[in-house]
Amino acid sequence: MRAEAYDMYMRSLLLSLLSSAALAAGPNLGLPLSPEELSQWDINVLPDGTGLPPGSGTSKQGAAIYAQKCMHCHGEAGKGGVNAALVGAPPIKTIEAAKTIANFWPYATTVFDVIRRSMPWQQPRTLTNEEAYALTAYILAQNKLIGEQDVMNAQTLPRVRMPNRDGFIPRFPDKLP
Amino acid sequence: MKRIQPVAANGLLDRREFLRGGAGLAAAMMAYSVKGETLTEPPWSKEPGTTVTAYGKPSKFEKAATRTLSNPKGEPRTQHARTPHHLLQGMATPNGLHFVISHAGNAEIDPAQHRLAIHGLVKRPLVFTVDALMRYPMVSRFTFVECGGNSAPLFSPEPLQANPQALHGLVSCAEWTGVPLSILLDEAGVDPKARWVIAEGADSPHLSRSVPIAKALDDAMVALYQNGERVMPDNGYPTRLLLPGWEGNMNVKWLRRLQLTEQPAMSYYESRTYAPILPNGKAYQFYFIQEVKSFITRPSVGMEMKGAGVYEISGIAYSGNGRIARVMVSADGGETWAQAALQEPVLSKSFTRFRIPWQWNGGPAVLQSRAWDEAGHVQPTRAQIVAARGQASRVPPVAAFTSQHYNGPTSWAVDASGGVRHVYA
Repeated sequence: MRAEAYDMYMRSLLLSLLSSAALAAGPNLGLPLSPEELSQWDINVLPDGTGLPPGSGTSKQGAAIYAQKCMHCHGEAGKGGVNAALVGAPPIKTIEAAKTIANFWPYATTVFDVIRRSMPWQQPRTLTNEEAYALTAYILAQNKLIGEQDVMNAQTLPRVRMPNRDGFIPRFPDKLP
Repeated sequence: MKRIQPVAANGLLDRREFLRGGAGLAAAMMAYSVKGETLTEPPWSKEPGTTVTAYGKPSKFEKAATRTLSNPKGEPRTQHARTPHHLLQGMATPNGLHFVISHAGNAEIDPAQHRLAIHGLVKRPLVFTVDALMRYPMVSRFTFVECGGNSAPLFSPEPLQANPQALHGLVSCAEWTGVPLSILLDEAGVDPKARWVIAEGADSPHLSRSVPIAKALDDAMVALYQNGERVMPDNGYPTRLLLPGWEGNMNVKWLRRLQLTEQPAMSYYESRTYAPILPNGKAYQFYFIQEVKSFITRPSVGMEMKGAGVYEISGIAYSGNGRIARVMVSADGGETWAQAALQEPVLSKSFTRFRIPWQWNGGPAVLQSRAWDEAGHVQPTRAQIVAARGQASRVPPVAAFTSQHYNGPTSWAVDASGGVRHVYA
């Protein structure tokens, strides 16, 4: 039997059983997962700010953390080093142009999300939420996307309008939900 | 010896006729056997061989068949390992040669401590151990996985002299076995409001990508096995999200979490990396599907033709939209075309091996393939891709990713000395 056919068969079997039973007909070997049990993994931040934690930070606080934990790879003031520049918005004139936060990224929430999940590269998941907010504020302020005094938190960060927000075209609109 | 009529210009032959009778064998024998050689007993025929090992390896004479590494010292940046297509045959990529892109090395996961969590817009948030997943009903299927940046060197304004491994080594095909994701989502109880599934890995970047719920409920799989053995560590052991036919980066390795949401995450990789810039300055977003594509693996750059005579042209075709319907091959740079034979089984979203015999007359030739899939999509010409997608402003290094999702043809020019060059035709 072809894989797709088997898949359809299995799904139709499941659906027919689901209609008469509270639980699916699979082995049901998943254990219930409480929000507390999930909390350390529950780190997705969505563009509207869903998932942003309590806490806040400013560019000034971020500058000190940046110098200690980020500058080694991303260079002084985010100008780039062995890894990508975080500051600057060179115009996009070629298909291979450098994509930066300020010239390309559509949502500011992604800055917080990637800092918290992936950075520092050698020691991810060691920053506090306050530190991640402060670093986000520092990078956005260095790019002049927010003011030097602006506080980043769960309310203010999703409201930061990124310059290239409308720069995208879905490749397969019919595949989007 | 009977002459087989060509089916297209410059020596392309009909494969069925070719298999029936030995055309052109005289020429081949001249190039490949030594006249008057006495066959003797070699050393390995005169004593017992070496001890059989617990886990086999290829012959020591096949050391060239390895992946090429972009970052062999594991410096703090992405690592690429490319599949040597020019040295492989058939449709299955051996596990040790399957391509890898790893953004922070290999996570070496103890399966006893690994968990898969499903939460968000579900009725029952659940967590699974690997042992639990191993008890679920499984499916097996061949499918290719291709990096969105595979074939990026073909965006160069001048053809880069590189072999199929360097040009197209970021695609591979394996038989994957695992649990249909739809079963696990059904058990968790999908909230009708859920439109996306955000998948996350247990590697140090915690790589995350957003998958439309329709794909997750269609043919997505939590893969546990690769070509019959457990998924390789560099391909996501012990659990990999498999999205047949969709962009490699979305097939999240070391899968540990699935959150069902109304919005996509707009993660780093979907916001930035896998959003190719278009000539008008806008960028494509959510380039999910790896579209129909083919390339010739033999002959190709790096090989030398050993005299005029009959050769088999062989290559790979695949489509993220279904089965390969047809592959046409040209030996004169696209002027005339002949239909190649497709090796069975021809499977949806899988490599399909194509072959056609070729009587090389010793003169210049330009070899090219073009594939069609069952959904009616045709592999575009390079000119069509350049018109729609642009090309790099200057000749880039061969490993650079100037753009993504190149699925145009690859052309190999054979010169009279038997050398093969990459050309645009």
